[in-house]
Amino acid sequence: MGMMSTDLARDLRAAFPDFVRAHQDGVFSAALAMTRHYHDAEEITQETFVRAYRALGGYEPQRIRELRAKPWLAQIALNLVRNRARSAGRRPQTAPLEFDVAGPAGDPADRLGDEEVWRERLARLPADQAVAVVLRHVWSLGYAELAEALSVPEGTAKARVSRGLDRLRELMATEPVEVT
Amino acid sequence: MEDRMVITRLERLRRPAPAAVLPAVLRDTGLADGYVRRASGAGGIFVAFNDEGISAVKLGDDPVAFEEEFEEEFGRPAVPAARLPARLARRLDKALATGRAAGVPFDFGGLTEFQRAVLRKTAEIPPGEVRPYGWIAREIGRPGAVRAVGSALNRNPIPVLIPCHRVVKSDGHVGQYAYGPAVKRALLAAEGLDPEYVESLADRGVRYTGTTSTHIYCLPTCGHAQRTKRENVVEFRSAGEAADAGYRPCMVCRPAAA
Repeated sequence: MGMMSTDLARDLRAAFPDFVRAHQDGVFSAALAMTRHYHDAEEITQETFVRAYRALGGYEPQRIRELRAKPWLAQIALNLVRNRARSAGRRPQTAPLEFDVAGPAGDPADRLGDEEVWRERLARLPADQAVAVVLRHVWSLGYAELAEALSVPEGTAKARVSRGLDRLRELMATEPVEVT
Repeated sequence: MEDRMVITRLERLRRPAPAAVLPAVLRDTGLADGYVRRASGAGGIFVAFNDEGISAVKLGDDPVAFEEEFEEEFGRPAVPAARLPARLARRLDKALATGRAAGVPFDFGGLTEFQRAVLRKTAEIPPGEVRPYGWIAREIGRPGAVRAVGSALNRNPIPVLIPCHRVVKSDGHVGQYAYGPAVKRALLAAEGLDPEYVESLADRGVRYTGTTSTHIYCLPTCGHAQRTKRENVVEFRSAGEAADAGYRPCMVCRPAAA
């Protein structure tokens, strides 16, 4: 990650495409887990990187070098997710999730159903726990990165993840999905 | 232990970002030009654009080859775009339908002032008409730069739309084209100009045609000349010959230096 920030500081235009390639799956996965809407997640991912580029263009090289990519992108993406939720109000889930790419091995139909159940469970967590769990385990931020993304002490970040996981385990126990 | 199972399920929510994200980001940040597909008189074309306007046109059917050529030529990638901005799309489609590029914004970044002048002047040539290289050189105030006009047009980044196929050799022959003479002829034919007619005049040394009723002489493909009835046409091999016969130059096609 340090290498990448150095490249961005040296030549933003040249290095930015690789920066997008390196982080787009993480941003998209997290946005999808939070919005449960494929096209919203796609738009949020796109807009996250457009905003990132514009912001980086105004930063001093020193500031870019010190940047930690994941927490910084997470803050941009989280803002977009919140704005969208606010402007959409209590928009119902209209279109079912559709995927144009196959996931990991397994029966796609079963898997899709299974994953939607888990996204729905995430939606039933308190928001701060859901966000912490998604950033930690779907996007795979480390705890230090998570704390930075959420602007909370690391202990608080850990506690939110831990409580979120506890709650998910309870939900799994009360309405089990088939175990593979 | 049970945490591990929950975490495994959460990890399965990871998805690759849709393939359209990276191109859209590069386009929106100006790091890449977008491109769309259109039809032309010589087959399919790729039309690249950015915030300045149309940046490139290339004939062909292979998007991979187009992207490689574009990046090599312009030093930035071109990415497929679902559509053009509406305003640009209207102007482009009108220009392709009418053969007149007036009103289309172009990105001439990276070109010299001379090259831009050549391309702007070329864009003024009406569809179905041709002008010699020397005519462009004279019109832009660089009458001695005929060869430079030829090389500027040979490297025209926006062919078809900026109609370098309407610029011919000074002896009137159709001449060369970046995509080969056959493509040049096809583009002219698609505009209603018979390339064989142009060649036959050049073969006979005819450089200008006059109208007996008005005593005005034109470049042979000037719209005014083409509307003249065959029996009223008189052919000239030079401007001097026309002047000696009492003819004056057409104000529209400006066939020779004043």
